[in-house]
Amino acid sequence: MDKENKGLNREQDAKKMSTEEIFLEELSRKKAPRPGFWAKFWDAIQIPLLAIISGLFLGAVIIVVTSADVYVAFGSGIGEGFRTMGSIVGNAYKTLFTGAFGSPSKIIEALRTGEKISRAFKPITQSLVETTPYLLSGMAVALGFRSGVFNIGGEGQIYIGAVAATFVGLSFDGLPQAVHMPLAILAGIIGGAIWGFIPGWLKAKTGAHEVINTIMMNYIALRLVEYLLTGPMTKTGGGGMPISNSVKPTARIPLVFAPPITLHWGFFLAILIAIAAWFFLFKTTWGFNLQMAGANKHAAKYAGLNISLWTVLGMTISGALAGLCGSTQVLGVTYSMGLGVSAGYGFDAIALALLANNNPLGCILSALLFGLLKTGSRSMMSNTGIPLDIVSIIQAFILMFIAAPAIIRTVFRVKGLKEENKALVTVSGWGGDK
Amino acid sequence: MSEQERIQGGRVKLRDRIVGIIFVVLGLVIYLFFYKAIASGTVSTFIMTPGGITRGVVGNWIIPARPVLIVLAMILIGIGIYQFFFGLGKQGNLFLALACVAFVFSFLIYVSAGKRLNLASLFSSALSMAVPITLASFSGILCERSGIVNIAIEGMMLMGAMVGSIVGSITKNIWLALAMAMIGGGLLALVHAWMSIKYKVNQIISGTVINIFSMGMTSYISSMYLQNIQSLNKTPRFPSVSIPLLADIPFIGPIVFYNSLFVYGMILLMIILQFALFRTRWGLRLRSVGEHPKAADTLGINVYKTQYTAVILGGLMAGFAGAYFSLGSVGRFDEGMTAGKGYIGLAAMIFGGWNPFNAMMAGILFGFADAMASSVSILGSSIPGQFINMLPYVVTMIVLAGLVGGHSTGPAASGVPYEKEST
Repeated sequence: MDKENKGLNREQDAKKMSTEEIFLEELSRKKAPRPGFWAKFWDAIQIPLLAIISGLFLGAVIIVVTSADVYVAFGSGIGEGFRTMGSIVGNAYKTLFTGAFGSPSKIIEALRTGEKISRAFKPITQSLVETTPYLLSGMAVALGFRSGVFNIGGEGQIYIGAVAATFVGLSFDGLPQAVHMPLAILAGIIGGAIWGFIPGWLKAKTGAHEVINTIMMNYIALRLVEYLLTGPMTKTGGGGMPISNSVKPTARIPLVFAPPITLHWGFFLAILIAIAAWFFLFKTTWGFNLQMAGANKHAAKYAGLNISLWTVLGMTISGALAGLCGSTQVLGVTYSMGLGVSAGYGFDAIALALLANNNPLGCILSALLFGLLKTGSRSMMSNTGIPLDIVSIIQAFILMFIAAPAIIRTVFRVKGLKEENKALVTVSGWGGDK
Repeated sequence: MSEQERIQGGRVKLRDRIVGIIFVVLGLVIYLFFYKAIASGTVSTFIMTPGGITRGVVGNWIIPARPVLIVLAMILIGIGIYQFFFGLGKQGNLFLALACVAFVFSFLIYVSAGKRLNLASLFSSALSMAVPITLASFSGILCERSGIVNIAIEGMMLMGAMVGSIVGSITKNIWLALAMAMIGGGLLALVHAWMSIKYKVNQIISGTVINIFSMGMTSYISSMYLQNIQSLNKTPRFPSVSIPLLADIPFIGPIVFYNSLFVYGMILLMIILQFALFRTRWGLRLRSVGEHPKAADTLGINVYKTQYTAVILGGLMAGFAGAYFSLGSVGRFDEGMTAGKGYIGLAAMIFGGWNPFNAMMAGILFGFADAMASSVSILGSSIPGQFINMLPYVVTMIVLAGLVGGHSTGPAASGVPYEKEST
């Protein structure tokens, strides 16, 4: 009894004081300095930055732990062991860096003498080539999240987009490049959009959750592509291998520089689309509606939005971007379609989008990081023998730390300006709740 | 409610009409594409004993292809027309299942017309192909019944497969290898539980983390060591064991009771899980946590502990499923060898309505699709095996959309992080 009374009194006291205090507080709040640009910038960047650093650190731990040389070295002495550890990790990340950016000395040399320029700049341009699919598939997932859908089916949409682009790229003879190439790209976009539309429509119509449906669609796409590449679209004289003929030269996305440098215009297309997507999301009414439908379905409904429409639209746009990713890969990089066209982009894209906080401009930065990592890992593999799968491991760690910022906050003892607990798309019983 | 009224009012539901049309179409497909494509007098031969087995032998089953096909087509069209005009109501799903069986049967007759198809081998391999799918679905059931969505089954399976292969190769002890494979899956599950329970990470993302990590880690170890050092990747396998007496039952004996230990393990686990979930206090508590964690918490059930237990058990189960690939099937580890079976396991879980027995049936069905796809491509049919491989995924999407079944609603609180209110 006593305890309850006390509690009640305290509550009443709080109420009494509140009228004056709120006024005072409001007054004082206006005077309080608002967080400046750099404070906000630091707040936005610190978690991703620390996540990347932690990811690279844990990657190094994995490299050390799985290296037989380290154990041998520790057998002959602790100092020797630590030295080997250091040299293995140092070597790995050094080759990762030079493989991704190119060796600085060579670049300076090339700029000074004007010779071997293409060789010096090959690594960094190769990184940009790798950035392109990451950027497009990452934006696909990011836009999906913004509109309240979890598109885990980027993989399938990339496959379908790629195979559609390949089909158009193989089909027409004697078309000018100005017609054929956009047509092939468009085919890819449409293919991906259809593959995104189906789970979106199913969600809007029946409540079936898009996560499981997009996963199922991934495998349907894989089987379909497998059939097409071993059957109707198989390479002439390819012996039944799942690979297609090369697309017509008129359908290819042209390269930016002379042949040893493989950078194609698709990269700039992707950058343009990222800027356009940013503009669309944050500067247009449609973009605002899309985000509102994603952020709070009920509020959006009362604001008069057609939620079903925006869900379907979100999934379709997301699929279209992934489809574009598939078509730029085929038309700009490989020129022929194989089963390896999407090397896990659809799943890595989830890590990428979250790292970018689902912001298209942020996607450019994180796609750049992923592209650099991927290109660098190739040279790391050929120079040090460390398999390039280490990149997946690092990406998994980064995703983990981004998804659970509390871990980062505890480890590094940092505080944010505000508590962030953004409600992403949640799953509840896989749908059927409509 | 309105649906029931409509039935009482004597009108046929739209769904029944759609299903009726599907039956008629299936019947027409049998007639037009199967019946017409076969010359009259052709026989289909089904071999009724798996190859190399001498017990429980049954003679070959010789079917006159055209007469049987026309009868099946007529039956399907008849049921379809009846369903369209009068509706079958509650028996609808039963007839749908029968129609599907009839259609698959006529497809097999068509494929093996003038050839020989080993039906018993087909069933036998369907059963063993069902093992990873079913075990994965058990993993999913355990997790989701406690309210944690687990799409990381695939990753846990991969890890289990690799750990099993390595331990088996080094120690040559398959039981130890199996145990370590399960622990490998269990450890990843612990991480999943830790992220999604302690840090309230979105469970799909947490699962994706584990999938990416596991895919990367297994490929990393594989290309660093397993591909170069053969002795690290050559494990003994679990042998096929025949059960005395039961293996002598004609037809069924050689299929069910002469099999890998994994198949018996699957059946045993199904019985244990079914009993534990629905007949014990532990199971009741687990399910209540998945349905309404707050209510369960109020009644004094430790929600977090229950969830941790369930997810870790699910991980052990997934590791077991992964071990099937290396220890039960091929005897080594290959990159990405689970080939999406973890995801089909999720599909089987949904198809089976979060119920172990039904999930096993769904798993066997999906396994049958896989087995049929491979045997059909061996026979050289006009329908590519890939399309048969697609069926489980398509069926899952149809079930999830609520077109058939109707049990597609899972545990209510599955996927929603539980926040214990501070007092």
